[in-house]
Amino acid sequence: MLKNTLSIIGEYILFLKKVFSKPDKSKIFFKKLLFEMESMGIGSMLIVSIVSIAMGSVITTQTAMQIESSWIPSWTVGFVSRTSIVMELCPTIISLLLVGNLGSRITAEIGSMRVTEQIDALEVMGINPASYLVLPKVLAAMVVNPILIIFSIFFALVGGYLTVLITGCITPYHFMDGLTYCFRPYDIFYAVTKTFVFAFVMSSVAAFYGYRIDGGALELGKANTQGIVVSSFIILILNVLITQIML
Amino acid sequence: MIEVNNICKYFGEKQVLFDVNTTFEEGKVNLIIGRSGSGKTVLLKCLVGLFTPESGVVLYNGRSFHDLPDKDKHALRAEMGMVFQGSALFDSMTIEENVMFPLDMFTEMSLEEKRERVNFCLERVDLHNVNKLYPAELSGGMQKRAAFARGIACNPRYLFCDEPNSGLDPKTALLIDELVVDITHDLNITTVVNTHDLNSVITIGETISFIYEGHLQWRGNKDNVLTSDNELLNDFIYAQPLTQRIRQNL
Repeated sequence: MLKNTLSIIGEYILFLKKVFSKPDKSKIFFKKLLFEMESMGIGSMLIVSIVSIAMGSVITTQTAMQIESSWIPSWTVGFVSRTSIVMELCPTIISLLLVGNLGSRITAEIGSMRVTEQIDALEVMGINPASYLVLPKVLAAMVVNPILIIFSIFFALVGGYLTVLITGCITPYHFMDGLTYCFRPYDIFYAVTKTFVFAFVMSSVAAFYGYRIDGGALELGKANTQGIVVSSFIILILNVLITQIML
Repeated sequence: MIEVNNICKYFGEKQVLFDVNTTFEEGKVNLIIGRSGSGKTVLLKCLVGLFTPESGVVLYNGRSFHDLPDKDKHALRAEMGMVFQGSALFDSMTIEENVMFPLDMFTEMSLEEKRERVNFCLERVDLHNVNKLYPAELSGGMQKRAAFARGIACNPRYLFCDEPNSGLDPKTALLIDELVVDITHDLNITTVVNTHDLNSVITIGETISFIYEGHLQWRGNKDNVLTSDNELLNDFIYAQPLTQRIRQNL
Protein backbone atom coordinates (compact mmCIF):
# COMPACT_ATOMS: atom_id res chain seq x y z
CA MET A 1 0.00 0.00 0.00
CA LEU A 2 2.70 2.49 1.09
CA LYS A 3 4.99 1.37 -1.73
CA ASN A 4 2.16 1.81 -4.21
CA THR A 5 1.31 5.30 -2.88
CA LEU A 6 4.96 6.39 -3.04
CA SER A 7 5.23 5.02 -6.56
CA ILE A 8 2.14 7.02 -7.65
CA ILE A 9 3.55 10.19 -6.03
CA GLY A 10 6.84 9.65 -7.90
CA GLU A 11 4.95 9.09 -11.14
CA TYR A 12 2.94 12.29 -10.51
CA ILE A 13 6.12 14.33 -9.96
CA LEU A 14 7.66 12.99 -13.19
CA PHE A 15 4.39 13.78 -14.96
CA LEU A 16 4.51 17.39 -13.69
CA LYS A 17 8.09 17.67 -14.96
CA LYS A 18 6.83 16.71 -18.43
CA VAL A 19 3.83 19.05 -18.16
CA PHE A 20 5.91 22.08 -17.19
CA SER A 21 8.36 21.81 -20.06
CA LYS A 22 8.57 24.40 -22.81
CA PRO A 23 5.61 24.14 -25.22
CA ASP A 24 6.55 22.94 -28.72
CA LYS A 25 4.96 25.97 -30.39
CA SER A 26 4.04 29.00 -28.30
CA LYS A 27 1.47 30.36 -30.78
CA ILE A 28 -0.53 27.12 -30.63
CA PHE A 29 -0.07 26.95 -26.86
CA PHE A 30 -1.62 30.40 -26.31
CA LYS A 31 -4.48 29.55 -28.66
CA LYS A 32 -5.20 26.41 -26.64
CA LEU A 33 -4.83 28.32 -23.36
CA LEU A 34 -7.45 30.90 -24.43
CA PHE A 35 -9.76 28.14 -25.62
CA GLU A 36 -9.48 26.30 -22.30
CA MET A 37 -10.02 29.50 -20.29
CA GLU A 38 -13.13 30.29 -22.27
CA SER A 39 -14.55 26.78 -22.07
CA MET A 40 -13.77 26.35 -18.35
CA GLY A 41 -14.98 29.81 -17.37
CA ILE A 42 -18.17 30.03 -19.40
CA GLY A 43 -18.93 26.33 -18.98
CA SER A 44 -18.88 26.57 -15.18
CA MET A 45 -20.45 29.99 -14.67
CA LEU A 46 -24.07 28.82 -14.53
CA ILE A 47 -23.57 26.01 -12.03
CA VAL A 48 -21.28 28.17 -9.87
CA SER A 49 -23.81 31.02 -9.75
CA ILE A 50 -26.77 28.73 -8.92
CA VAL A 51 -24.90 26.91 -6.16
CA SER A 52 -23.52 30.19 -4.77
CA ILE A 53 -26.91 31.91 -4.58
CA ALA A 54 -28.41 28.86 -2.82
CA MET A 55 -25.43 28.61 -0.47
CA GLY A 56 -25.58 32.32 0.42
CA SER A 57 -29.30 32.05 1.07
CA VAL A 58 -28.97 29.00 3.33
CA ILE A 59 -26.03 30.33 5.34
CA THR A 60 -27.84 33.65 5.93
CA THR A 61 -31.05 31.90 7.08
CA GLN A 62 -29.12 29.52 9.36
CA THR A 63 -27.03 32.33 10.87
CA ALA A 64 -30.14 34.44 11.48
CA MET A 65 -31.80 31.47 13.23
CA GLN A 66 -28.78 30.74 15.46
CA ILE A 67 -28.26 34.30 16.76
CA GLU A 68 -31.80 35.36 17.50
CA SER A 69 -31.05 37.27 20.68
CA SER A 70 -31.59 40.83 21.77
CA TRP A 71 -28.02 40.85 23.13
CA ILE A 72 -26.50 40.32 19.70
CA PRO A 73 -26.80 43.17 17.17
CA SER A 74 -28.70 42.11 14.03
CA TRP A 75 -25.91 43.21 11.67
CA THR A 76 -23.98 40.18 13.04
CA VAL A 77 -25.97 38.03 10.58
CA GLY A 78 -24.40 39.87 7.62
CA PHE A 79 -20.96 39.87 9.23
CA VAL A 80 -20.96 36.12 10.00
CA SER A 81 -22.47 35.21 6.63
CA ARG A 82 -19.89 37.29 4.77
CA THR A 83 -16.97 35.83 6.74
CA SER A 84 -18.18 32.23 6.19
CA ILE A 85 -18.85 32.82 2.51
CA VAL A 86 -15.60 34.62 1.71
CA MET A 87 -13.21 32.60 3.80
CA GLU A 88 -14.49 29.06 3.59
CA LEU A 89 -17.68 28.25 1.73
CA CYS A 90 -16.90 29.74 -1.66
CA PRO A 91 -13.21 28.84 -2.01
CA THR A 92 -13.54 25.31 -0.64
CA ILE A 93 -17.06 24.18 -1.54
CA ILE A 94 -16.97 25.70 -5.02
CA SER A 95 -13.49 24.24 -5.60
CA LEU A 96 -14.84 20.80 -4.65
CA LEU A 97 -17.76 21.40 -7.01
CA LEU A 98 -15.29 22.29 -9.76
CA VAL A 99 -13.38 19.05 -9.08
CA GLY A 100 -16.56 17.20 -10.04
CA ASN A 101 -17.32 19.48 -12.96
CA LEU A 102 -13.97 20.44 -14.55
CA GLY A 103 -11.77 17.72 -13.02
CA SER A 104 -13.89 14.85 -14.29
CA ARG A 105 -14.08 16.50 -17.71
CA ILE A 106 -10.27 16.76 -17.86
CA THR A 107 -9.81 13.09 -16.81
CA ALA A 108 -12.40 11.91 -19.33
CA GLU A 109 -10.97 14.00 -22.17
CA ILE A 110 -7.34 12.99 -21.65
CA GLY A 111 -8.26 9.42 -20.74
CA SER A 112 -10.27 8.88 -23.90
CA MET A 113 -7.40 10.33 -25.94
CA ARG A 114 -5.10 7.79 -24.28
CA VAL A 115 -7.50 4.90 -24.93
CA THR A 116 -7.95 5.83 -28.60
CA GLU A 117 -4.16 6.22 -29.12
CA GLN A 118 -4.42 9.96 -29.84
CA ILE A 119 -1.74 10.59 -27.19
CA ASP A 120 0.49 7.95 -28.83
CA ALA A 121 -0.06 9.73 -32.15
CA LEU A 122 1.20 13.00 -30.65
CA GLU A 123 4.22 11.22 -29.17
CA VAL A 124 5.15 9.59 -32.48
CA MET A 125 5.00 13.03 -34.12
CA GLY A 126 7.63 14.19 -31.62
CA ILE A 127 5.24 16.35 -29.61
CA ASN A 128 5.31 16.26 -25.80
CA PRO A 129 1.67 15.25 -25.15
CA ALA A 130 1.78 16.16 -21.45
CA SER A 131 2.84 19.71 -22.20
CA TYR A 132 0.65 20.09 -25.29
CA LEU A 133 -2.55 18.75 -23.71
CA VAL A 134 -2.23 19.33 -19.98
CA LEU A 135 -0.30 22.59 -19.50
CA PRO A 136 -3.01 24.81 -21.06
CA LYS A 137 -5.65 23.12 -18.89
CA VAL A 138 -3.65 23.53 -15.66
CA LEU A 139 -2.81 27.18 -16.35
CA ALA A 140 -6.36 27.94 -17.49
CA ALA A 141 -7.79 26.44 -14.29
CA MET A 142 -5.32 28.47 -12.18
CA VAL A 143 -6.48 31.67 -13.90
CA VAL A 144 -10.18 30.92 -14.26
CA ASN A 145 -11.01 29.29 -10.91
CA PRO A 146 -10.03 32.33 -8.77
CA ILE A 147 -12.17 34.50 -11.07
CA LEU A 148 -15.05 32.05 -10.67
CA ILE A 149 -14.61 32.23 -6.89
CA ILE A 150 -14.85 36.03 -6.94
CA PHE A 151 -18.11 35.70 -8.89
CA SER A 152 -19.22 32.98 -6.51
CA ILE A 153 -18.67 35.26 -3.50
CA PHE A 154 -20.67 37.98 -5.20
CA PHE A 155 -23.55 35.63 -6.02
CA ALA A 156 -23.56 34.12 -2.51
CA LEU A 157 -23.81 37.60 -0.96
CA VAL A 158 -26.60 38.46 -3.41
CA GLY A 159 -28.32 35.21 -2.35
CA GLY A 160 -28.05 36.24 1.29
CA TYR A 161 -29.35 39.74 0.55
CA LEU A 162 -32.34 38.39 -1.41
CA THR A 163 -33.12 36.05 1.49
CA VAL A 164 -33.28 38.85 4.07
CA LEU A 165 -35.29 40.91 1.60
CA ILE A 166 -37.83 38.13 1.06
CA THR A 167 -38.02 36.60 4.55
CA GLY A 168 -37.52 39.80 6.51
CA CYS A 169 -35.52 37.97 9.23
CA ILE A 170 -33.45 41.16 9.59
CA THR A 171 -33.61 44.43 7.72
CA PRO A 172 -31.62 44.67 4.49
CA TYR A 173 -29.94 47.77 5.97
CA HIS A 174 -28.59 45.77 8.93
CA PHE A 175 -27.51 42.95 6.63
CA MET A 176 -25.55 45.38 4.42
CA ASP A 177 -24.10 46.98 7.53
CA GLY A 178 -22.83 43.54 8.65
CA LEU A 179 -21.44 42.77 5.21
CA THR A 180 -19.21 45.83 5.29
CA TYR A 181 -18.33 45.70 8.99
CA CYS A 182 -14.59 45.25 9.64
CA PHE A 183 -14.00 44.13 6.06
CA ARG A 184 -10.38 43.05 5.44
CA PRO A 185 -9.17 42.80 1.82
CA TYR A 186 -6.75 40.15 3.12
CA ASP A 187 -9.72 37.76 3.42
CA ILE A 188 -10.23 37.98 -0.35
CA PHE A 189 -6.51 37.46 -0.89
CA TYR A 190 -6.70 34.38 1.37
CA ALA A 191 -9.69 33.01 -0.58
CA VAL A 192 -8.05 33.61 -3.96
CA THR A 193 -4.75 32.06 -2.83
CA LYS A 194 -6.56 28.94 -1.62
CA THR A 195 -8.49 28.66 -4.88
CA PHE A 196 -5.31 29.12 -6.92
CA VAL A 197 -3.67 26.17 -5.13
CA PHE A 198 -6.84 24.06 -5.30
CA ALA A 199 -7.13 24.75 -9.05
CA PHE A 200 -3.60 23.47 -9.60
CA VAL A 201 -4.33 20.30 -7.61
CA MET A 202 -7.69 19.71 -9.27
CA SER A 203 -6.46 20.10 -12.85
CA SER A 204 -3.08 18.36 -12.52
CA VAL A 205 -4.39 15.38 -10.54
CA ALA A 206 -7.36 14.95 -12.90
CA ALA A 207 -5.05 15.10 -15.94
CA PHE A 208 -2.58 12.69 -14.29
CA TYR A 209 -5.26 10.05 -13.74
CA GLY A 210 -6.48 10.43 -17.32
CA TYR A 211 -2.95 10.33 -18.74
CA ARG A 212 -1.89 7.11 -16.98
CA ILE A 213 -4.91 5.03 -18.04
CA ASP A 214 -3.90 1.64 -19.34
CA GLY A 215 -6.88 -0.16 -20.84
CA GLY A 216 -10.35 0.75 -22.02
CA ALA A 217 -13.68 2.20 -20.96
CA LEU A 218 -13.73 0.41 -17.58
CA GLU A 219 -10.37 1.94 -16.60
CA LEU A 220 -11.59 5.34 -17.80
CA GLY A 221 -14.47 5.19 -15.32
CA LYS A 222 -12.16 4.07 -12.52
CA ALA A 223 -9.65 6.81 -13.31
CA ASN A 224 -12.41 9.41 -13.23
CA THR A 225 -13.53 8.32 -9.77
CA GLN A 226 -9.94 8.09 -8.50
CA GLY A 227 -9.12 11.54 -9.86
CA ILE A 228 -12.13 13.10 -8.07
CA VAL A 229 -11.52 11.29 -4.77
CA VAL A 230 -7.78 11.96 -4.67
CA SER A 231 -7.99 15.63 -5.64
CA SER A 232 -10.86 16.25 -3.17
CA PHE A 233 -8.82 14.61 -0.41
CA ILE A 234 -5.69 16.66 -1.23
CA ILE A 235 -7.77 19.87 -1.39
CA LEU A 236 -9.20 19.23 2.08
CA ILE A 237 -5.74 18.53 3.55
CA LEU A 238 -4.29 21.63 1.86
CA ASN A 239 -7.23 23.68 3.13
CA VAL A 240 -6.17 22.89 6.70
CA LEU A 241 -2.50 23.62 5.97
CA ILE A 242 -3.10 26.90 4.11
CA THR A 243 -5.46 28.09 6.86
CA GLN A 244 -2.81 27.37 9.51
CA ILE A 245 -0.17 29.20 7.48
CA MET A 246 -2.17 32.24 6.36
CA LEU A 247 -4.40 32.95 9.36
CA MET B 1 16.94 1.59 -43.78
CA ILE B 2 15.77 0.47 -40.36
CA GLU B 3 17.67 -2.33 -38.62
CA VAL B 4 16.41 -4.13 -35.56
CA ASN B 5 19.19 -5.83 -33.59
CA ASN B 6 18.50 -8.29 -30.76
CA ILE B 7 15.43 -6.50 -29.40
CA CYS B 8 14.03 -7.89 -26.14
CA LYS B 9 10.96 -6.41 -24.50
CA TYR B 10 9.37 -7.28 -21.18
CA PHE B 11 6.15 -6.18 -19.49
CA GLY B 12 6.84 -6.86 -15.82
CA GLU B 13 7.98 -10.47 -15.64
CA LYS B 14 6.53 -11.38 -19.02
CA GLN B 15 8.86 -11.32 -22.01
CA VAL B 16 7.06 -10.49 -25.27
CA LEU B 17 9.97 -10.05 -27.70
CA PHE B 18 12.96 -12.42 -27.77
CA ASP B 19 16.14 -11.23 -29.53
CA VAL B 20 14.34 -10.05 -32.65
CA ASN B 21 16.65 -9.25 -35.58
CA THR B 22 15.30 -7.93 -38.87
CA THR B 23 15.71 -5.19 -41.45
CA PHE B 24 13.19 -2.87 -43.09
CA GLU B 25 14.41 -1.70 -46.47
CA GLU B 26 14.32 1.81 -47.86
CA GLY B 27 11.62 2.67 -50.42
CA LYS B 28 9.83 -0.64 -49.89
CA VAL B 29 6.69 -1.94 -48.22
CA ASN B 30 7.97 -3.99 -45.28
CA LEU B 31 5.46 -6.21 -43.50
CA ILE B 32 5.51 -7.58 -39.98
CA ILE B 33 3.12 -10.51 -39.88
CA GLY B 34 1.97 -12.91 -37.21
CA ARG B 35 -1.02 -14.03 -35.19
CA SER B 36 -2.78 -11.72 -32.75
CA GLY B 37 -0.73 -11.44 -29.56
CA SER B 38 2.51 -12.51 -31.26
CA GLY B 39 4.25 -9.19 -30.49
CA LYS B 40 3.84 -7.35 -33.81
CA THR B 41 2.42 -4.16 -32.30
CA VAL B 42 5.02 -4.21 -29.50
CA LEU B 43 7.77 -4.44 -32.13
CA LEU B 44 6.21 -1.59 -34.13
CA LYS B 45 5.93 0.55 -30.98
CA CYS B 46 9.60 -0.18 -30.20
CA LEU B 47 10.47 1.04 -33.71
CA VAL B 48 8.70 4.38 -33.26
CA GLY B 49 9.89 4.86 -29.69
CA LEU B 50 6.57 4.41 -27.88
CA PHE B 51 8.17 1.46 -26.04
CA THR B 52 11.79 1.25 -24.98
CA PRO B 53 13.26 -2.24 -25.36
CA GLU B 54 15.11 -3.68 -22.37
CA SER B 55 17.94 -4.75 -24.65
CA GLY B 56 18.89 -4.45 -28.30
CA VAL B 57 18.86 -1.48 -30.64
CA VAL B 58 16.78 0.03 -33.43
CA LEU B 59 19.05 1.66 -36.00
CA TYR B 60 17.80 4.35 -38.39
CA ASN B 61 20.47 4.57 -41.11
CA GLY B 62 22.99 3.33 -38.57
CA ARG B 63 21.94 5.64 -35.71
CA SER B 64 20.49 4.02 -32.59
CA PHE B 65 17.08 5.63 -32.03
CA HIS B 66 16.84 5.06 -28.28
CA ASP B 67 20.37 6.41 -27.66
CA LEU B 68 19.88 9.61 -29.63
CA PRO B 69 19.92 12.94 -27.74
CA ASP B 70 16.42 14.38 -27.27
CA LYS B 71 16.93 17.01 -29.97
CA ASP B 72 17.96 14.44 -32.60
CA LYS B 73 15.19 12.09 -31.50
CA HIS B 74 12.73 14.94 -31.96
CA ALA B 75 14.12 15.63 -35.44
CA LEU B 76 13.91 11.95 -36.39
CA ARG B 77 10.34 11.73 -35.14
CA ALA B 78 9.42 14.65 -37.37
CA GLU B 79 10.43 12.37 -40.26
CA MET B 80 7.99 9.66 -39.15
CA GLY B 81 4.32 9.24 -39.94
CA MET B 82 2.14 6.66 -38.28
CA VAL B 83 -1.29 5.24 -39.01
CA PHE B 84 -2.77 3.63 -35.92
CA GLN B 85 -5.11 0.64 -35.86
CA GLY B 86 -8.00 2.84 -34.72
CA SER B 87 -6.85 5.78 -36.92
CA ALA B 88 -6.20 7.95 -33.81
CA LEU B 89 -7.53 11.07 -35.49
CA PHE B 90 -8.07 13.94 -33.06
CA ASP B 91 -11.81 13.84 -32.56
CA SER B 92 -12.11 17.48 -31.51
CA MET B 93 -10.65 18.62 -34.85
CA THR B 94 -12.05 18.55 -38.38
CA ILE B 95 -10.34 16.38 -40.99
CA GLU B 96 -8.64 19.49 -42.40
CA GLU B 97 -7.34 20.46 -38.96
CA ASN B 98 -6.17 16.89 -38.36
CA VAL B 99 -4.13 16.80 -41.55
CA MET B 100 -2.91 20.34 -40.98
CA PHE B 101 -1.83 19.57 -37.41
CA PRO B 102 1.73 18.31 -38.19
CA LEU B 103 2.18 21.26 -40.58
CA ASP B 104 1.13 23.68 -37.80
CA MET B 105 3.57 22.08 -35.40
CA PHE B 106 6.62 21.55 -37.59
CA THR B 107 6.53 24.04 -40.44
CA GLU B 108 6.37 27.80 -40.88
CA MET B 109 4.07 27.54 -43.91
CA SER B 110 1.40 30.19 -44.46
CA LEU B 111 -2.25 29.21 -44.01
CA GLU B 112 -2.71 29.19 -47.78
CA GLU B 113 0.27 26.88 -48.31
CA LYS B 114 -0.95 24.59 -45.53
CA ARG B 115 -4.44 24.40 -47.06
CA GLU B 116 -2.90 23.54 -50.42
CA ARG B 117 -0.82 20.78 -48.85
CA VAL B 118 -3.84 19.43 -46.94
CA ASN B 119 -5.90 19.30 -50.12
CA PHE B 120 -3.05 17.56 -51.95
CA CYS B 121 -2.76 14.92 -49.19
CA LEU B 122 -6.52 14.36 -49.03
CA GLU B 123 -6.69 14.00 -52.81
CA ARG B 124 -3.72 11.63 -52.70
CA VAL B 125 -5.75 9.28 -50.47
CA ASP B 126 -8.85 9.81 -52.59
CA LEU B 127 -10.86 11.78 -50.03
CA HIS B 128 -12.96 14.64 -51.34
CA ASN B 129 -15.24 17.20 -49.66
CA VAL B 130 -14.42 16.02 -46.17
CA ASN B 131 -12.32 18.99 -45.02
CA LYS B 132 -14.94 20.39 -42.68
CA LEU B 133 -16.21 17.05 -41.36
CA TYR B 134 -15.24 15.56 -37.99
CA PRO B 135 -13.71 12.05 -37.78
CA ALA B 136 -16.90 10.67 -36.21
CA GLU B 137 -18.78 11.66 -39.38
CA LEU B 138 -16.61 9.43 -41.59
CA SER B 139 -16.73 5.66 -42.20
CA GLY B 140 -13.92 3.44 -40.86
CA GLY B 141 -12.24 3.24 -44.28
CA MET B 142 -12.40 7.01 -44.76
CA GLN B 143 -10.95 7.56 -41.28
CA LYS B 144 -8.04 5.26 -42.18
CA ARG B 145 -7.43 7.24 -45.36
CA ALA B 146 -7.58 10.52 -43.45
CA ALA B 147 -5.03 9.06 -41.03
CA PHE B 148 -2.79 8.26 -44.03
CA ALA B 149 -3.21 11.84 -45.23
CA ARG B 150 -2.09 13.11 -41.82
CA GLY B 151 0.76 10.59 -41.83
CA ILE B 152 2.17 11.88 -45.14
CA ALA B 153 1.45 15.60 -44.58
CA CYS B 154 5.02 16.44 -43.58
CA ASN B 155 6.66 14.29 -46.31
CA PRO B 156 7.91 11.62 -43.92
CA ARG B 157 10.86 9.35 -44.66
CA TYR B 158 9.30 6.55 -42.64
CA LEU B 159 5.65 5.50 -42.51
CA PHE B 160 4.41 3.01 -39.91
CA CYS B 161 0.97 1.40 -40.17
CA ASP B 162 -0.56 -0.73 -37.45
CA GLU B 163 -3.04 -3.12 -39.06
CA PRO B 164 -4.30 -0.51 -41.55
CA ASN B 165 -6.99 -2.73 -43.06
CA SER B 166 -8.32 -4.46 -39.98
CA GLY B 167 -12.05 -4.11 -39.52
CA LEU B 168 -12.59 -3.05 -43.14
CA ASP B 169 -14.57 -4.82 -45.86
CA PRO B 170 -12.44 -6.72 -48.44
CA LYS B 171 -12.81 -4.05 -51.13
CA THR B 172 -11.83 -1.16 -48.86
CA ALA B 173 -8.99 -3.28 -47.49
CA LEU B 174 -7.70 -3.69 -51.06
CA LEU B 175 -7.91 0.08 -51.61
CA ILE B 176 -5.87 0.65 -48.45
CA ASP B 177 -3.27 -1.89 -49.64
CA GLU B 178 -3.02 -0.11 -53.00
CA LEU B 179 -2.69 3.19 -51.19
CA VAL B 180 0.18 1.88 -49.05
CA VAL B 181 2.06 0.67 -52.15
CA ASP B 182 1.40 3.88 -54.13
CA ILE B 183 2.44 6.19 -51.29
CA THR B 184 5.58 4.16 -50.59
CA HIS B 185 6.77 4.19 -54.20
CA ASP B 186 5.60 7.67 -55.19
CA LEU B 187 7.12 9.35 -52.16
CA ASN B 188 10.05 6.89 -51.90
CA ILE B 189 9.54 6.27 -48.20
CA THR B 190 10.27 3.30 -45.98
CA THR B 191 6.96 1.79 -44.96
CA VAL B 192 6.52 -0.74 -42.17
CA VAL B 193 3.10 -2.37 -41.97
CA ASN B 194 1.82 -4.63 -39.22
CA THR B 195 -0.77 -7.00 -40.55
CA HIS B 196 -2.33 -10.42 -40.37
CA ASP B 197 -4.33 -9.88 -43.54
CA LEU B 198 -3.35 -12.60 -46.00
CA ASN B 199 -4.19 -10.57 -49.06
CA SER B 200 -1.75 -7.88 -47.93
CA VAL B 201 0.88 -10.54 -47.27
CA ILE B 202 0.76 -11.99 -50.77
CA THR B 203 0.24 -8.77 -52.70
CA ILE B 204 2.21 -5.93 -51.09
CA GLY B 205 4.93 -7.54 -48.94
CA GLU B 206 8.23 -6.57 -50.53
CA THR B 207 9.91 -7.81 -47.37
CA ILE B 208 8.09 -9.89 -44.76
CA SER B 209 9.12 -10.59 -41.16
CA PHE B 210 7.07 -13.34 -39.50
CA ILE B 211 6.85 -13.14 -35.70
CA TYR B 212 5.67 -16.08 -33.63
CA GLU B 213 5.28 -15.72 -29.85
CA GLY B 214 7.82 -12.90 -29.76
CA HIS B 215 10.45 -14.69 -31.89
CA LEU B 216 11.33 -13.80 -35.47
CA GLN B 217 10.64 -17.11 -37.22
CA TRP B 218 11.05 -16.30 -40.88
CA ARG B 219 12.09 -13.51 -43.21
CA GLY B 220 11.31 -13.31 -46.91
CA ASN B 221 8.97 -11.63 -49.37
CA LYS B 222 5.64 -12.06 -51.14
CA ASP B 223 7.24 -14.27 -53.80
CA ASN B 224 8.43 -16.97 -51.45
CA VAL B 225 5.94 -16.67 -48.56
CA LEU B 226 3.61 -19.28 -50.06
CA THR B 227 6.35 -21.80 -50.77
CA SER B 228 8.27 -21.61 -47.51
CA ASP B 229 9.03 -24.80 -45.62
CA ASN B 230 8.73 -23.05 -42.23
CA GLU B 231 5.99 -24.99 -40.44
CA LEU B 232 4.95 -22.16 -38.14
CA LEU B 233 4.63 -19.78 -41.08
CA ASN B 234 2.65 -22.35 -43.04
CA ASP B 235 0.34 -22.89 -40.05
CA PHE B 236 -0.31 -19.14 -40.08
CA ILE B 237 -0.67 -18.72 -43.84
CA TYR B 238 -2.72 -21.85 -44.48
CA ALA B 239 -4.93 -21.64 -41.42
CA GLN B 240 -8.11 -20.94 -43.41
CA PRO B 241 -9.92 -23.49 -45.62
CA LEU B 242 -9.59 -21.14 -48.60
CA THR B 243 -5.81 -20.90 -48.32
CA GLN B 244 -5.59 -24.65 -47.68
CA ARG B 245 -7.24 -25.19 -51.07
CA ILE B 246 -4.76 -22.79 -52.68
CA ARG B 247 -1.93 -24.81 -51.14
CA GLN B 248 -3.29 -28.03 -52.61
CA ASN B 249 -3.18 -26.40 -56.06
CA LEU B 250 0.36 -25.03 -55.69
